[in-house]
Amino acid sequence: MLRYVLKRLLVAIPTLFVIITISFFLMHIAPGGPFNMEKGIPPEIKANIERVFHLDEPVLSQYLRYLNNLIHGDLGPSYVILNFSVAELFAKSLPVSLWIGSLAMLFSLVAGCAMGVVAALRHNGLIDYIVVTLATAGSTIPTFVTAPLIQLVFGLTFHWIWIGGWHEGALAALIGPVITLALPQLATVARLMRGAMIEALHTNHIRTAKAMGLSDYSIVIRHAMRGALLPIASYAGPAAAGLLTGSIIVESIFQIPGIGRSFIDGALNRDYTMVMGTVIIIAVFTIVFNLVSDILYAVIDPRVRYD
Amino acid sequence: MFKSLLTSAALFALMSSTAFADSVWNRGANGDVQSLDPHKTSTVEEANILRDLFMGLITEDTEGNAQPGAAESWTVSPDGKVYTFKLNQKDVWSDGSPVTAKDFVFAWRRVLDPKTASEYASMAFPVLNAEAINGGKAKPEDLGVKAIDDYTLEVTLKGPTPYFLEMLTHQAMYPVSEANLKKFGDDFIKAGNMVSNGAFVLAENVPNDHIKLVKNPKFIDAANVKLDVVNYIPTEDRAAGIKRYQAGEVDSMNDFPTEQLADLKAKFGDQIHVTPELGTYYYVFKTKKAPWDNPKLRNAISMVIDRDQLATKVWQGSMLPAYSIVPPGSKGYTPSMMSYADMPQLDREDAAKKVFDELNISPAHPQKLEIRYNTSENHKNTAVAIQEMLKPFGFDVSLINTDGKTHYSYLEQKGDFDLARAGWIADFKDPVTFLNLGHTGDGNNYADYSNKDFDALLDKAAVEPDSAVRMKELSDAEAIYMKDIGILPLLYYGNHNVVSPKLHGFVDNVMDKHPSRFVSKD
Repeated sequence: MLRYVLKRLLVAIPTLFVIITISFFLMHIAPGGPFNMEKGIPPEIKANIERVFHLDEPVLSQYLRYLNNLIHGDLGPSYVILNFSVAELFAKSLPVSLWIGSLAMLFSLVAGCAMGVVAALRHNGLIDYIVVTLATAGSTIPTFVTAPLIQLVFGLTFHWIWIGGWHEGALAALIGPVITLALPQLATVARLMRGAMIEALHTNHIRTAKAMGLSDYSIVIRHAMRGALLPIASYAGPAAAGLLTGSIIVESIFQIPGIGRSFIDGALNRDYTMVMGTVIIIAVFTIVFNLVSDILYAVIDPRVRYD
Repeated sequence: MFKSLLTSAALFALMSSTAFADSVWNRGANGDVQSLDPHKTSTVEEANILRDLFMGLITEDTEGNAQPGAAESWTVSPDGKVYTFKLNQKDVWSDGSPVTAKDFVFAWRRVLDPKTASEYASMAFPVLNAEAINGGKAKPEDLGVKAIDDYTLEVTLKGPTPYFLEMLTHQAMYPVSEANLKKFGDDFIKAGNMVSNGAFVLAENVPNDHIKLVKNPKFIDAANVKLDVVNYIPTEDRAAGIKRYQAGEVDSMNDFPTEQLADLKAKFGDQIHVTPELGTYYYVFKTKKAPWDNPKLRNAISMVIDRDQLATKVWQGSMLPAYSIVPPGSKGYTPSMMSYADMPQLDREDAAKKVFDELNISPAHPQKLEIRYNTSENHKNTAVAIQEMLKPFGFDVSLINTDGKTHYSYLEQKGDFDLARAGWIADFKDPVTFLNLGHTGDGNNYADYSNKDFDALLDKAAVEPDSAVRMKELSDAEAIYMKDIGILPLLYYGNHNVVSPKLHGFVDNVMDKHPSRFVSKD
């Protein structure tokens, strides 16, 4: 197992390198640069700015400079949020997105699994229909609809939560973004869990377990759920990577100072270093969580062995 | 779940009750800042915050008009080239040290130093040798600015610049404390390091979350500053911003979803402020390219664009129809309108039709026309409306949408286009900032417009010491610009503020400048 993990991590290095290279050149192909403004600036001023940020050099030498800095752990300065390095900005924004993302992930996994199991146990019953309806709604209603709705109801009408802002992570500021982020995941998890659970309850080993007179609790939790968790495990990895690296929509609507906006804002502003930094973070998270997902798979399903 | 909501409700109540112990203006802003270094900023949001933190030689009153700031008086030499400022000796930095003429010399050399890479270095270009220094052709020490003594600053300009005092209100011309910068370098802008001479000092800066300013007890007019704290709270999503306002999380917002203007007016009444701004939303023709090189055709197209409809239908009354490039509102200046400004729309269309007939443009012989605009729902709607207005006259209009950076780099690099969208908001209150858009060779002259008479009038006005004569020359220049449709003004921008009745001293003005030092809160 350890050898497998090490091998996967080693493979990740060239993968990352390829991602960085492609992103870097794609970014520079886009017309305009970080200092093209609505109001044009005199050429000599533009030349000064470009010289300071080495943007006057050929793209290839900019690329080599970037790689060299990166190897030394330097993500470079942001071209848009001046006087802040990308690393400094991430140090503030990444924890925010991580915290909101993990709360949302936890919430959707626990609540989604519970809903899925209950629905499967009451297959074709009232509860099942309710869960299926909710799950369909959850995964079809986009976050840019749920977020303003949550703001309107819980923020404006009941005054229970902050409509916007981080407020140092106060509970009242967390609820809105966490629920908005969690709902679609929760819906997917519930649907996956329900399907897998219904299937698992009809397998031969469950029938055997029932025939042997095991308790319902033991059948559901120890035997059926274990198998039913497999699709959840493979879904949760990439989903977690997505949630933890922030969401542009949720962070903009709730004005959360997280990392999700860096990608889009960075791309639109041609903040090259910021985009590259975000690409690297998303790539690393995706690689790591896919690995975690595969390991979990082996833990849950004894038939899977990575040797 | 319900329980946790209740706890959060209690928490919320607690937070709100403690927040109001001081007099706090939670000032909603439409975007976040890129920097708080006065020499490196360019956006409106940054200018608003820096106006509270720093004070230049000249500053603004409640209505955004120039008034003495760090300078208590000044004299101008008869040729209009040498300004001698007497600094107010009571003006001190927030660490108690005096603001001296040397700080200004240091600051202005810094803004022009190529290594600073200031975007708005051009604000200092009227000063002798400034442009050469910025271009790396002269040393910062050569700048035409001298500290005669601690409180006397002598500025030599390269030529008379009638709007020089107005330019001094721009943040690029603010002083910075030399001692402070020597100590912290570029990190002087971080909270805890920064020393400033404005009504407020920087207490916290959390990117994308909030910027907290607290009252500066050492400020020259601290006795009349009523607020203890100003929190700048960025909310990019305008719909969320208005909800935050409604919930009392912010006391004001400097923008709102204009497409909901009618509903918002019904809900908030006179808390919604829509007032004219010194800015113009315009299109440009590529004037060197056939058939757009024909001023008659450009005028005819201008005539069939129904600006009232754009203003009221597309922009919901949040903008005003424009028939001149300089919006009304500059002191002593009367904009020169297009000749058909007062003609009814139907008559304009008849007149235009004749021109189209002459040029053999009709639905049977359609003329292709491409409109380029940068991404925005309203820009798109405007372009679509114009497409519809031109169609009956035989124009086959296609629309090309690109993101802002692509759009402007295309225009700047003189890309090939027919008609393109742009906008201009005044940096300082003078018509010349708009008229320069048409000067031959100006970097922002996307139309590539060139008219010798127009250039000559602008150049003459640039050295004219008599203000009334100068304004007349500029107005004559604008008349030529409009007659040629060297630029195609469509709408004057409007300021969109929503302001709580608890706030006092928030005065609407064309520059949309609202120094927090004059505002108080119940």
